[in-house]
Amino acid sequence: MAETVLSIHDLVVEIPTRRAVLRPVDNVSYDIKAGEILGVVGESGAGKSMAGNAVIGLLNRPAHIKSGQVLLNGTRIDNLPDEKMRKIRGKDIGMVFQDPLTSLNPLLRIGDQLTETMLAHLDITKSEAEDRAVAALEEVGIPAAAERINSYPHEFSGGMRQRVVIALALCAEPSLIIADEPTTALDVSVQAQIIALLKRLCRQRGTAVMLITHDMGVIAEACDRVAVMYAGRLAEIGTVRDVLTEPKHPYTEGLMASTPLASKGQKRLRQIPGSMPRLGALPTGCAFHPRCPKAQDACRMDPAPTLENGAACWFPIDTDQKVSA
Amino acid sequence: MADTGLDKSLVPAHRYPGRLARMWDSDFVFNFRKSPIAIVAAVVTLVLILSAIFAPWIAPHEPFNPATWDIMSGNSRPMVPNEFTGKVFLMGTDEQGRDIFSTILYGMRISLFIGFSAVIFAMILGITLGLLAGYVGGWTETIIMRMADIQLTLPSILVAMLIFGVAKTLIPFEYQDRVTMWVLILAIGLSDWVQFARVVRGTTLVEKNKEYVQAARLIGRGPGAIMLYHILPNVLNPVLVIATISLALAIIAEATLSFLGVGMSPTQPSLGTLISQGQQYLLSGDWWILVFPAATLLALALSVNLLGDWLRDALNPRLR
Amino acid sequence: MNALISISHLTRIFDVSKPWLNRVIERRPKALLTAVSDISFEVEEKTTYALVGESGSGKSTIGKMVVGLLKPTRGDVTIGGVDLLRETDRAKVETARSDIQMIFQDPYASLNPRWRVRSIINEPVAARGGDTKGLAEKLLEQVGLSSEDASKFPHEFSGGQRQRICIARALASEPKLIVCDEPTSALDVSVQAQVLNLMSDLKDEFGLTYLFISHDLTVVQHMADKIGVLYLGRLVEEATPKDLFDDPKHPYTQMLLAAAPKMDGFGREVDPPQGEIPDPINPPSGCAFHPRCPLAVDRCKQEHPEMRHLRNARVACHLAE
Repeated sequence: MAETVLSIHDLVVEIPTRRAVLRPVDNVSYDIKAGEILGVVGESGAGKSMAGNAVIGLLNRPAHIKSGQVLLNGTRIDNLPDEKMRKIRGKDIGMVFQDPLTSLNPLLRIGDQLTETMLAHLDITKSEAEDRAVAALEEVGIPAAAERINSYPHEFSGGMRQRVVIALALCAEPSLIIADEPTTALDVSVQAQIIALLKRLCRQRGTAVMLITHDMGVIAEACDRVAVMYAGRLAEIGTVRDVLTEPKHPYTEGLMASTPLASKGQKRLRQIPGSMPRLGALPTGCAFHPRCPKAQDACRMDPAPTLENGAACWFPIDTDQKVSA
Repeated sequence: MADTGLDKSLVPAHRYPGRLARMWDSDFVFNFRKSPIAIVAAVVTLVLILSAIFAPWIAPHEPFNPATWDIMSGNSRPMVPNEFTGKVFLMGTDEQGRDIFSTILYGMRISLFIGFSAVIFAMILGITLGLLAGYVGGWTETIIMRMADIQLTLPSILVAMLIFGVAKTLIPFEYQDRVTMWVLILAIGLSDWVQFARVVRGTTLVEKNKEYVQAARLIGRGPGAIMLYHILPNVLNPVLVIATISLALAIIAEATLSFLGVGMSPTQPSLGTLISQGQQYLLSGDWWILVFPAATLLALALSVNLLGDWLRDALNPRLR
Repeated sequence: MNALISISHLTRIFDVSKPWLNRVIERRPKALLTAVSDISFEVEEKTTYALVGESGSGKSTIGKMVVGLLKPTRGDVTIGGVDLLRETDRAKVETARSDIQMIFQDPYASLNPRWRVRSIINEPVAARGGDTKGLAEKLLEQVGLSSEDASKFPHEFSGGQRQRICIARALASEPKLIVCDEPTSALDVSVQAQVLNLMSDLKDEFGLTYLFISHDLTVVQHMADKIGVLYLGRLVEEATPKDLFDDPKHPYTQMLLAAAPKMDGFGREVDPPQGEIPDPINPPSGCAFHPRCPLAVDRCKQEHPEMRHLRNARVACHLAE
């Protein structure tokens, strides 16, 4: 068994507003092991990015961690001062965002950005760092890396930029990568390249990855396990194969069925009625019950149970029954 | 898709009883209620504007009617009975026995009228040119924005003095008193339109590429209708902020011009004229003739300016 | 079946040069970007024709030319028998124009935030002086909202609801053709299904024709009766969804299909496609796809392949068979 890299326990993020205290992340727990890719999937407003930002200590005020713990390699990092957290962000946690330009300094050559990051976090000399920078760019598939190292970020295409960001995120040899919608802004063909790259590098190095996305297809292709979020809570967590082929939570099931991929030539798509509730107007009981085809009185009154049998639902879909049906 | 930060859609949607209650509860009013500076500035501005509007009813004397002047009560100190007539004046009188308090009320009336008119004039000119520059683009934009650049290289007071000087030579002497006010409005307004035009052009450039404008073009709406009905309502927020700050600047500009002697005449004094007259008495010890009009100008300009500052923060979507 | 839209040799070239002075100083020639190059296709009445392609493929530019937001550099757009560019009878052009509507990608930018929903929906009719009494309320109910929503402002709605309002606005002038430019790519999956279903229903109810523009193959497969695949401003393949997905003929189509994420692709170790989309200002010679094409031969570098019929499809490739 590989060791656990990231461990989140009962994480609660709160945003006090003048009308109410919003909880974009509510009692979320999961682990990621070394070399494992955990997909965090959900629609907009599900709290998936907020959970990622809480882990790396990048919550925008007034959002803050209300309770719970975040452990990186067994050490608590949720209560560290900003100064120490900044150090950890470069060294132990690498980040890949949707827009590569947020992670790259437009005024510095990419080679300088890579060497600077390595010199700050690794015990190596300048020339070693320069050699490693070229190697890192070659590794992420940038052609003519030795020459491109002197280019500025704007001289790269979108896909190439995202490769540079991945090189930058991996260069200090972190144990965890947080990738927040890394391929959403890219074309299908480039997306496939980036996912393949991320998968290969993390396997080789045993890096744990938290892959935040709204795209079930990306999850299916890239991840080992998947956590489905709905309205700030975990709806379901499990291995990708289990969750995608035999979803237990009605939300996961509906989400899978409503992608056009699943239509199989039918004229109409299965649809989930309504939309994600606003955080300030969450329904009582299970937050999904107004949209749920199986909702009963218990769902309207009592908050959904914690993840038992992998799904936070009073009446999880009985997979045996489904197989027979 | 990313849900970082404070998304507006995350803020709870409530149901409110009425329009008034809804306004009272809106973020805008809430922000106002939480800002003591804004409240004080608003109260001061409101009191000053109201007292200017109702000057004929509030003022104890008619300062511009020579029949009511009482030479015997000249140079009275504030709140001290006059040595000859025994009359008491709140803020004293000047040499000719005019009540300073009354002259300030009437002076403020003129200052505010010129300020408001100049800003409205600048606003209309700036919005029109800004919309045209932003929406039409091409040579229209180049010409308008180069004009704005040239305007910016000249200090606005200088522009105003230039226009004022030209007007003075063109208009026959006997009409000059009557038209001075309008020349001032024109002069100050003309030196002030650039910031409106720049902001409106910038916002228009952003708005015109939004899809709602394309949707309007698609159904055959002409450029005029799109500018007026679609883009204009969406550029008004920044315009409102600039207008408030411009009002303070316009009042000061008018006072400066009048102080320099190219503004309102002593027979129809604005705050600036009063200050200009009062400074002659400062050395002779009659401080009140200068200090009260100057303090009024200060209070007016400062409170309007603070209000504008607050408005800018409150309407800035990035800070909310 | 009649062709409602007939597009022939449509070309659009953008001038993306720097300002004149910079060009003179830096001694650079004019930079021209051919966004759409010599495209011809027909859309039959009451069907959905989908244009699919990655960024830079020119799909949105075609949509804008069809609705008249952009003027073509060359070529014709004929809608309902009226050549919109050459027809001199203004009344005819006006009528043809009122038969075309558009749904945009971003539901947040496509509704004027200062207008009430009622005015937004009524505008296409009001702008032509038509009677709008009760129109918005009726349309709102047809797209699955309530008639009371007419008095609200756009910010009171979610993304999916806004897209329904956009659809209601598009329906107001009773068009025959609606150009849908990525209508669901800004929406969540569960909401996307709602909007796609609504669009299918409305198509049957009103006898609409859709020109559906998307980058998402799965959505296109579900919605379209015919699909045109674009690469760098050119049509490379045209076929029905069944033919296209079962038997892709152009190597680019094959690559796209292989790269698209699959729901059952657990741990799939695929060879990702090679290379990226070339710079459209200096496109490759011959077939624009040849630098990435696994089949490319010398002929592909020199000679641009013409569209030709191949079984049930049209394809622009020298080698496809």
